[in-house]
Amino acid sequence: MLVQLSSMPHPIAIHIHEGGDVNEKPKASEPKLVLRDVNFYYGRAQALFKVNITVPKNQVTAFIGPSGCGKSTLLRCLNRLNDLVEGARLDGTILLDGVDLYSSQVDVTDLRTRVGMVFQKSNPFPKPIYDNVAYGPRLQGIRTRADLDPIVEESLRGAGLWDEVKDRLWESALGLSGGQQQRLCIARALAVKPDVLLMDEPCSALDPIATGRIEELLFALKDALTIVIVTHNMQQAARVSDSTGFFLMGELIEFADTKKIFTTPDDRRTEDYITGRFG
Amino acid sequence: MHRHLDDELKSLKAKILRMGGLVEEQVQGALRALVERDADLARKIIDNDRLVNTLDVEVDEDALRLLALQQPAARDLRFITTAMKISTELERISDLAENICERAIELNEEPQLKPYIDIPRMANWALQMVKESLDAFVSGDSELARRVCANDDFVDDLTHQLFRELLSFMLENPQTITRAIRITFIAKYLERIADHATNVAELVVYMVEGKIIRHTLGR
Repeated sequence: MLVQLSSMPHPIAIHIHEGGDVNEKPKASEPKLVLRDVNFYYGRAQALFKVNITVPKNQVTAFIGPSGCGKSTLLRCLNRLNDLVEGARLDGTILLDGVDLYSSQVDVTDLRTRVGMVFQKSNPFPKPIYDNVAYGPRLQGIRTRADLDPIVEESLRGAGLWDEVKDRLWESALGLSGGQQQRLCIARALAVKPDVLLMDEPCSALDPIATGRIEELLFALKDALTIVIVTHNMQQAARVSDSTGFFLMGELIEFADTKKIFTTPDDRRTEDYITGRFG
Repeated sequence: MHRHLDDELKSLKAKILRMGGLVEEQVQGALRALVERDADLARKIIDNDRLVNTLDVEVDEDALRLLALQQPAARDLRFITTAMKISTELERISDLAENICERAIELNEEPQLKPYIDIPRMANWALQMVKESLDAFVSGDSELARRVCANDDFVDDLTHQLFRELLSFMLENPQTITRAIRITFIAKYLERIADHATNVAELVVYMVEGKIIRHTLGR
């Protein structure tokens, strides 16, 4: 609002704040993954109990909890990696953009293209850097250098690795440092243009500088992707994620904005875990 | 599980309590210096303010160290940030006690205007609020803290009442103006002390419940 103080010798325009609600909540992001009553079993042992969670699009969602709480199991359900485990069984529903992941119509290879994964230990192929990144696109039938070169460059740039490797693309990926190898794995996942990136402890084998690079990368990547990260490092979850889920013995105890989980969690067990009072 | 952090938090709490005890003594002493027209005591209280200042700095340093080195979360985080803010509030209360002493020394240079009745009443209320807000902090009692916040209006009312009374003195006899204004200042200082106690109580509610209630009461 503009107020004219015209009675003064030199009228001054003063801006007065319009008021309004400074605590306006951000607009709810649209859901990317929706989990409804998900139970998961390894043979007779139940690993997940009635998990209900909505993973928002273009956000980083972190799963935290002590070892064996089921957070990695849940992550692996999201691209059906557990299908490969003998005796594994899931009931309940997991929707990706509204489509049931476990329906018989879903092509699992296609699913894993859309939902990429980066693991705790970097696992580059014993091949040149270029071939590591081009591996996925080649499987999809992209063959010529003219088509592959831009994909390789874009993916390596996306993973923040391009400047470090552009002059040695034909050298073996195994010659890279641990942090570079992990970013190469991220580039490899990005090359097939996934919608969702699952990360299982992606920094636990990295030094703080390499960890910092990956964390910065997450901020940049979430504009284009939805990221779900499992981490033992609570400070990392606090730094990088928008929402956090706390798991305990296969149950989702609490799922909320990361800010809330780390300042005013609702559940005593969440509080005990994040303040290190556990056990 | 025993945590090293728990020992650190305990000692931070003890420091706040030591500071609280000292601040209560400062306010009580300032009142006695005023009522008993004791300039020596007033000067001693003014001098003691630096003890409170030292503790204020120590609390800040301890809290900052814990934030940097322990990465506290949830109730630990709320406790530490609350302790830092309470320390600031207590330091201000001690400054106000010092101000009361300065006015008391000035008032001693002239005959007493009138017997002090409302000022000690206000001081007792304000002190009670300081004490109870600190009790609420120690025991994590947000109910008690909310009651302290509700008491603030009473001190405000007493301030206005006293101001009207002093105004009539000043209207009747301009000779009293200097003294009456000084007493008005003292009433204002006591009202501010009650405000700081209210702030402490509001901080305690945040620490315990995670709810920020300041700037929302009385609306």
